[in-house]
Parts: sequence; C-alpha cells; structure tokens
Amino acid sequence: MKNSWWKVLCVLLLVYSFIAGLVSPVPALPILNETIRNLYFHVPMWFGMTFLLIISFSYSIAYLSSGKHKYDWVAVEAANMGITFGILGILTGMLWAKNTWGAYWTSDPKLNAAAIGMLIYLAYFVLRGSIEDETQRGRIAAIFNIFSFPTFIALIYIMPRLTDSLHPGNGGNPGFNAYDRDREMNIIFYSANIGFILLGIWITTLRVRLKKIEEQLED
Amino acid sequence: MMKRIAFLVLVIGCVFLPSLSNAQTVEMADQFRAEGKFFVVLAVIIVILIGIFSYLFMLDTKISKIEKRLKK
Repeated sequence: MKNSWWKVLCVLLLVYSFIAGLVSPVPALPILNETIRNLYFHVPMWFGMTFLLIISFSYSIAYLSSGKHKYDWVAVEAANMGITFGILGILTGMLWAKNTWGAYWTSDPKLNAAAIGMLIYLAYFVLRGSIEDETQRGRIAAIFNIFSFPTFIALIYIMPRLTDSLHPGNGGNPGFNAYDRDREMNIIFYSANIGFILLGIWITTLRVRLKKIEEQLED
Repeated sequence: MMKRIAFLVLVIGCVFLPSLSNAQTVEMADQFRAEGKFFVVLAVIIVILIGIFSYLFMLDTKISKIEKRLKK
C-alpha cells in the first residue's frame, strides 16, 4: 500500500476523536446540553469540504496551465468528496438544528449560503456530464471551478458574518470559542478536523488511482 | 419605622432572587453514563468505524496490486 503513514494517522486521529469526543467532559451549557459534542463531527465536515475544494481549485488551475489529464481527474474527484462532505455537513446540521432550534431548517443567511454553495458545485457536475469531448470538458469545467470556488468562500464564510445569523460564529452570535473552549476540546476538535481532511484526501486518491487503472486497461 | 420595615423586606426578599433564574443545573447525560449503557453505544460506534476503515484498507491494497500488475 502506497504512502501508508498518513492513512494510519487518519485512522488513529478519527478513532481518537470519536472516542474522546463522546467520552471526555464538555461544558454544560443550556439549550445545547450534550449536543455540543457535535462540534467534533459537524464542523469538521465543513473544514474537510473547504480543504478538498481548495485542492480541486488548485488542480483545476494546474490542468489549465499544463493540460495533463491526471490533474483534471484529481480536480473532479476532490470536488466529489467535497460535495459528499458538504451533504453530510448539511444533514448533520439539520439534525442538530431540529434538536436545538426546533426546526430542521430556518431562513438563515449561513444555511441558505451553504445550500447555494452546494448547488453551485452540483452545477459543476452537471456541466461536466454535458460535454462529450474530454479536453473540452476538462477546460470548461476547470474554468467553472475557478469561478465557483471564490464564490463559495464568499458565500459561506464572509456573507453570513456581515448580517444577523442564528448560526454560531456569525453575525452577532458568538462562536463556540467564546464558550471557554479549553485546551482539551481544542485537541479533539483539531484531531477530528485533520482526520476527516485526511480521510477525504485518501478516498480522493483511491478514486483517481482507480480511474488511472481503468484508462490503462482501456488502451 | 416604615423605612426600616421596607429595608428589611427588601433584604429578606433578596434571599429568594437566585431561584428566579434557571439556577437548576443544565441536564447532561450523566444518568445514561452511570447506568453503563453509554459504553455499549460507544462500542457500537467504534465497531462500525473500524469496519469502515478495514474496508477502505482492503480497497487500497486491491488497487495497489492491480497497479503493480499493470506496471510489469
């Protein structure tokens, strides 16, 4: 198995963050109660998504400048994993919202921005599916990716903070670091972040390697 | 005289102020843990996790084998 050190690290970090996330003590806050532990699972989905979309963005630029098809494959598979994490993030967020806010969805800037960001990347896949020629598909999709990534960042990270939002960390609502996030919570939180990012990268590399093999077998 | 009575009423009344706020402790899942049931949940989650990771490792080694064969 190639380069196994970071894959082992990924498994160790995730198993640690799952166990510690459920067992370790957390601050007892009203409304949230035990659901504050979602911090270790829901938020890393979004960190993971953003990181994978950065990878997709970089490889799109690399594909445009070099023309190597492998870069295009990495771009699309990284976007695939990014969207998967995004869907999981939205689903877990909806569950958490039902529990604490009383509704699965609210008309909130952050939530709507997340949904719109996801739709933009779904449009990326529709665009890819509509073009037959491989080189043309890669080029047009790469350009779309280069436009959609900054839009996504502005939508999810910048816009909600400019206005009132129910979501923690945006527009008048304190983020969780305001609630005495001591060092222990931080360790578990960042372990989960790194673990899920590594997991996303791992699955992306597997899919790219699979595509490579398929291409080789077709020749 | 009236001032003293009013003052006393206010001071004694202050004793009851804490009960006006949500002074009761925030509910956490301590009962669930004390009964030991919590660790069953934890074990289930870990088993599922390990299962998924084993599958991922197996996929990885399979792809590596095919890649090696193609290289020859």
